[in-house]
Amino acid sequence: MNPRLENAGLEAWLVRFADGIDPRLLPRISAFCRDCRSAFGESLVDLVPSYTTVLVQYDPWRLSDTRARQLIERVLSQLVPDTEESGGRIVEMPVWYDLSVGPELERIAAGNGWTTQQVAEAHAGSEYQVFALGFVPGFAFMGLVQPSLAMPRLATPRRQVPRGSIAIAERQTAAYPQQTPGGWNLIGRTPLVLFDAERTPMTTLEPGDRVRFVAVTREEFVELGGSTDPVAEVPQ
Amino acid sequence: MTGPGALRVEAAGPQALLQDAGRFGVRHLGITQGGPMDWHAAGWANALQGNNAGAAVLEVAIGGLTLVAEAELTLSLSGADLSATVNGEELRPWQRFTLRAGDRLAFGLPRCGVRAYLGAHGGWQGVAALGSVACVGRDGLGGHKGRGLPLAEGDRLEPASPLPPLSAGAQVPLAHRIDYGSAAELSVIPGGQTGYFDGGSLHQAFNSHWQVDTRADRMGIRLTGPALVCRHPGMVSEGLAAGAIQVPPDGQPICLMNDRQTIGGYPRLGTLTPIARARLAQCMASHPVMLRASGTERARHDYFEALTAMESFRAN
Repeated sequence: MNPRLENAGLEAWLVRFADGIDPRLLPRISAFCRDCRSAFGESLVDLVPSYTTVLVQYDPWRLSDTRARQLIERVLSQLVPDTEESGGRIVEMPVWYDLSVGPELERIAAGNGWTTQQVAEAHAGSEYQVFALGFVPGFAFMGLVQPSLAMPRLATPRRQVPRGSIAIAERQTAAYPQQTPGGWNLIGRTPLVLFDAERTPMTTLEPGDRVRFVAVTREEFVELGGSTDPVAEVPQ
Repeated sequence: MTGPGALRVEAAGPQALLQDAGRFGVRHLGITQGGPMDWHAAGWANALQGNNAGAAVLEVAIGGLTLVAEAELTLSLSGADLSATVNGEELRPWQRFTLRAGDRLAFGLPRCGVRAYLGAHGGWQGVAALGSVACVGRDGLGGHKGRGLPLAEGDRLEPASPLPPLSAGAQVPLAHRIDYGSAAELSVIPGGQTGYFDGGSLHQAFNSHWQVDTRADRMGIRLTGPALVCRHPGMVSEGLAAGAIQVPPDGQPICLMNDRQTIGGYPRLGTLTPIARARLAQCMASHPVMLRASGTERARHDYFEALTAMESFRAN
């Protein structure tokens, strides 16, 4: 479909690229974000890309909604989707897949008649795209995991999901940048610091990046700075 | 002591947060906006000091805060009437006033409105993170001592500007003071999903009496009333503008405010105008609210008129 512009109030337009999730949208969405930044310049306040949309927030003091709409339409009409080379970076993320830090390895294994080792291999065996960041700073929504790894959220969320946890919800996968409540299925832990406001860049991942999870041993995980504290809460 | 003198926190109250215009250009990383819930009252606290509209003010919610001046300070107070007193004597909002060393500024129970704004010359000093001192606990960013921490007993607040104090007495013109006690009429700009709500629900949305729910904070304010029905076939999460009105399956709208989640997956009835957002920020639980559909032209005109009034007051 052709992208649609939807009114999102006095200071924003929502640009809709499709109605359903499709990894093939990402090269268009990332190119659109980049071109919008140069087209709007100082008048741009924020750009929030997600699975199928980009929210373009502009300064209404500098631009009317009509003028903002014209700028967006011009960017769309000249849009050249990113290619493999010009598109998102490839980020390798080490993961220690272990029941002590990823209790739901078992739940996913049981559903397939697999070993937990096979679940880890299946998760690390694909490349994933970062669709959006949200929930808490640096929390990347990635996907899509193969259907056999898909698993509904826990009926009762954990009050504390440890920082670095690698998780699955339905066909999405993510890493928790900080300790927070959460209802996703935990399958492992990364030693990487995913968000640090003092660092440039602040987040390890950005929308449009492609992520490869790399299985590491307990020793390698500790060497990279990971905490082996087990997940305390039993899932419901 | 450095700088022009400070306020010491004697009692912190439920929530007192430093807020400047907000944190921008980082929402794609999952970092929220922050900033004053009532930009209008915050803007007047700054205009009374001759500050830019985005200088850091103290947002005092509900009351319960007591501050003691360690030196002479000329401050400004706007927004909600939280039964403020100086050494026990009533202090009305919408004006500039002077504290002498040892004076005690106390906020009591809310009489009218929810959030008061305390302004200082040049704004208050804070720890900037990503270009803003806006205090957001969930993100652990900003605030007077950083890491998104709220005001706590024993903390100190210092004005950012070393300039000599202004004279007391300046007041916000009556025409620009909002009566937070009246029923709130909130203008809503319809959006791309408004048409997915069924006809009866749209009629109810804009003709019913809504009430502000107790579930209200800096992320979002829920309204209770008739259950709205949306026939949207199923959404994926998308970016949320300030003032977006999400309607979850229970049919009760949630107006998304300054500390909202960056993306969300419920259908939206529309978007509150900036003026409606500021007005809603001052509504206590059970306050009556009406929603009115508005065009962007009108909303833009009203918004600019409000901003221009502040700007010309400041310049004089």
